[in-house]
Amino acid sequence: MARIAILNYIRRPSPVHELTGTAKLIFFIAWSVAAMVTFDTRVLVCMLLIGAVIFRISQIRIRDISVVLGLAAVFLLLNNLFIYLFTPEYGVEVYASRDVLFPIVGRYTVTAQQLFYHLNITLKVVCVVPIALLFIACTDPSEFASSLARIGVSYRAGYAVSLALRYIPDVQREYRNISQAQQARGIDLSGKDKLFTRLKNSVAILLPLIMSSINRIEVVSNAMELRGFGKEKKRTWYMQRKLQRNDWLAIGFAIAVLAVGLAVTFSNGSRYYNPFV
Amino acid sequence: MAQPIISFKDYGFQYRAQASPTLHHINLDIYPGEKVLIAGASGSGKSTIGSCINGLIPYAYPGENTGQLLVGGKDPKKESIFTLSQIVGTVLQDTDGQFIGLTVGEDIAFALENDCVPQDEMKLTVEETAKLVDIDHHLEYAPHELSGGQKQRVSLAGVMVENVKVLLFDEPLANLDPAAGRTTIELIDEVQERTGAAVIIIEHRLEDVLWRKVDRIVLMDEGRIVADMPTKAFLTDTMLLEHGIREPLYLTALRYAGVPIREELEPQHVESLRLSGEHKEQVRAWYRDNEGRGGADAQRRDILSVENVSFGYTPEVQNLKNVSFSIKEGEMVSIVGKNGAGKSTLAKLVCGFEKPTSGRICLAGRDLSDDTIKERASQIGYVMQNPNQMISKPLIWDEVEMALLAGNMSVEERKERVEETLKICGLYPFRKWPVSALSYGQKKRVTIAGILVQQPRIIILDEPTAGQDYHHYTEIMEFLKGLNEQGFTIIMITHDMHLMLEYTPRAIVFSEGELLADTTAAHVLNDPALVQRANLKETSLYTLSMSCGIENPQEFTKRFIAYEEAHRKGQEG
Amino acid sequence: MKKLSVKSVVAIGIGAALFFVLGKVAIPSPVPNTNISLQYAVEAVFATLFGPVAGVLIGFIGHTLIDATSYGPWWSWIIASAFVGLVIGLATMKLNVEDGIDSRKLIHFNVAQIIAHVLAWGLVAPVLDILIYAEPVEKLFAQGLMAAVANIITTGVVGTLLLLGYAKTVVKRGSLEKED
Repeated sequence: MARIAILNYIRRPSPVHELTGTAKLIFFIAWSVAAMVTFDTRVLVCMLLIGAVIFRISQIRIRDISVVLGLAAVFLLLNNLFIYLFTPEYGVEVYASRDVLFPIVGRYTVTAQQLFYHLNITLKVVCVVPIALLFIACTDPSEFASSLARIGVSYRAGYAVSLALRYIPDVQREYRNISQAQQARGIDLSGKDKLFTRLKNSVAILLPLIMSSINRIEVVSNAMELRGFGKEKKRTWYMQRKLQRNDWLAIGFAIAVLAVGLAVTFSNGSRYYNPFV
Repeated sequence: MAQPIISFKDYGFQYRAQASPTLHHINLDIYPGEKVLIAGASGSGKSTIGSCINGLIPYAYPGENTGQLLVGGKDPKKESIFTLSQIVGTVLQDTDGQFIGLTVGEDIAFALENDCVPQDEMKLTVEETAKLVDIDHHLEYAPHELSGGQKQRVSLAGVMVENVKVLLFDEPLANLDPAAGRTTIELIDEVQERTGAAVIIIEHRLEDVLWRKVDRIVLMDEGRIVADMPTKAFLTDTMLLEHGIREPLYLTALRYAGVPIREELEPQHVESLRLSGEHKEQVRAWYRDNEGRGGADAQRRDILSVENVSFGYTPEVQNLKNVSFSIKEGEMVSIVGKNGAGKSTLAKLVCGFEKPTSGRICLAGRDLSDDTIKERASQIGYVMQNPNQMISKPLIWDEVEMALLAGNMSVEERKERVEETLKICGLYPFRKWPVSALSYGQKKRVTIAGILVQQPRIIILDEPTAGQDYHHYTEIMEFLKGLNEQGFTIIMITHDMHLMLEYTPRAIVFSEGELLADTTAAHVLNDPALVQRANLKETSLYTLSMSCGIENPQEFTKRFIAYEEAHRKGQEG
Repeated sequence: MKKLSVKSVVAIGIGAALFFVLGKVAIPSPVPNTNISLQYAVEAVFATLFGPVAGVLIGFIGHTLIDATSYGPWWSWIIASAFVGLVIGLATMKLNVEDGIDSRKLIHFNVAQIIAHVLAWGLVAPVLDILIYAEPVEKLFAQGLMAAVANIITTGVVGTLLLLGYAKTVVKRGSLEKED
């Protein structure tokens, strides 16, 4: 229906797909934590390489995710640009040394330290991208809620995630229908109107959307209550799968990466790896 | 006789948010294995009765009750909603709202999951139940891959997994095309046969529910039970119309012909009718007497032409395939076909919301391809199905004026135009009112006014009467007819076969993105092959005329409609 | 901890779906990289109607889904989004918009949303960014300030109008129903 560029579950036979949602969720969390904490170039590069290998195994093709990769690239580029514009000497501060490669203009010079800093911050994001994408593309959304429940999240909160996934297409379709009908009455958000007018115009679409969502909330919660949601402290899951040997291996591997990564990172007493001293 | 499974004794109920009670002195017993239809116009309290039975009252909708209610021998006030949900399974009107799981299998399993049933057992139960309702080949499908009828099967399976003793259906036919509605009624019947559950159907579309045997009909009005009788006896009474419900068409026709409706006639189905030779002659005589009713159409010029239009939301799927037709100025046309046949897509193309991949659309001979949505909107207005999806201003005046604000009209011009539009729509006395104070039918008028204010030549309406009882249906349709008589061209996307027959001389039929037929409305239902391919349903008038030996059922229907209209006018004046 | 009611669970799910869909609808704005984020107006309204827990989770789930389907999660901003819902939800707990709305309540709502956005984008997001990504402070606070201003305007205009519209439609619907 609506063609908003989003990434979806892509069903293919691969060892990554076969892992349970729980294993992939833990893997993903451990991986993001490692990437968040460390600033060690060696660890980041290793993670990136391992990520690339897993990506190969997953049978997901670059083509499947090209739109998403493009977005990530734009985001990274802008982020780096902003950092440089605001603090061209930040790398010098972090790595406590200064090797000028060439000057640009005024206070803007290019230093080896600044470039190295940019490399690291980029790596930090890039090494999570393949794992995040795989997590989305290889995990059956139906397994989400039960996976969250298994790692200790209350099933009520977990089910809210499931409901979000369930109703995104419906909300998207409704948004589209309402906005088309309102466009026919002169309400346009993309136009050349002033910001304030556009904000006011958006209400003409959002108010009906919200009123209908509130109505939907009532219907859905009635339907759930009538079928016994929330009756017991626990619940079972139709789509849950038992953890197999490979799941434990994956979980163990992710935790190992996290542990080794942290150990290497802090072996020199700081989260940065500094080749300049 | 056995103990009733549901028993209301002098029961009354008042919602906490409301000033007066919604139910008064309800006395109603429903026995195991019975099938009961609760009929009534909107606001009659029939849905409130449903909420009392399944426990939403008092758990989700608090309020005060008088008298006594027992469900499965238990007092809902003292039990939890969960205990009740194991006695009563409810299939709600909104199948999208009831479809909670991400796939069919998960949704059927939902109640079992909440009961902590072990997974192996759950999978078995789900499979068995899915087989019962014939959805077992779709267990991995997501809701948006299913038709309305299929979603309803899933809903039904989802409540059946709990082995409930009562199945409660809240307006099961509201969102279905005619053939799917018929299948649903058959399915309910089969399920009841196999499970022996008591079935309660809340619906105002009497004739459609009666497609299969119903033991008893309870008629509600103003929060009271006005009739509670076996089906046959109920149909002999003429009280339906007074209470805002349309009686089965074939019975109305028989009455017009002067045939007294008695229980011996077996009036519950058009097929089962036992008409004597004398009765049939009475019908034929009425048919002959009404010759000349329903006049011929005038010659007019084309206003909208769709030429070889094809379209797909994605390159792989063609939602419309090489569609061509034209509409004449001042016409009132129905576009019919099953859900997903391409009707709404076509409307979107005409309004410019989507662009055709090939072909063109012309208005009065001028190609519209380069016109923006807004430019087209000044010629072609589009009214969505649900008025709540369009109304975005709290005051009627503002809502109607909205489309004019984008242009550069002076304040006086705007005022004049809004007033004029409000007068056309009969809303002028309400102009200062908040929209929230209006009834559904009046809100629908407000949305139409919001479109009319741009003075389009054509108005396209998506399901203008969906889910409406006979009173609101008539109110909306008579209003549209009035607009049509004032010269507006009106195109309606509809599921309602009688609406098509009654109000639009011409019908365009879609199926699977193709235009199947473009002919008179009466002819559409006269062609069994067409009816089947487009998921439509012949009306009972067709069947009745055939059984009375009238060789031209089209003409019979035409005369019926003309007679009914004259009759209605006569009553009003 | 008190259990979430079924209604809250559903409000979170549908609220997050709305947050996601609106977050994905790019509405161009004059300043690059700062789209008009209508999702915060909706989050604010839902937090006001359904409380702080719903507010937190709508922001958290909605924003995570947006990020996860674009370039991987940027946790500091996700947490800031959740924080917005929390603060607005807490600050408006006694507002009872269902009983009608007046200018005092609207001012209350707006003060709450301004505080929430200032704290979220001026403090929570940059501090987390410093901890996680060790980005330069100047850049982060400039970015945070821009986001705060944009979101305050969006929530202030759109959120206020939505609440007003909600109160005028829903409230009356309940009390007028049977008057015809």
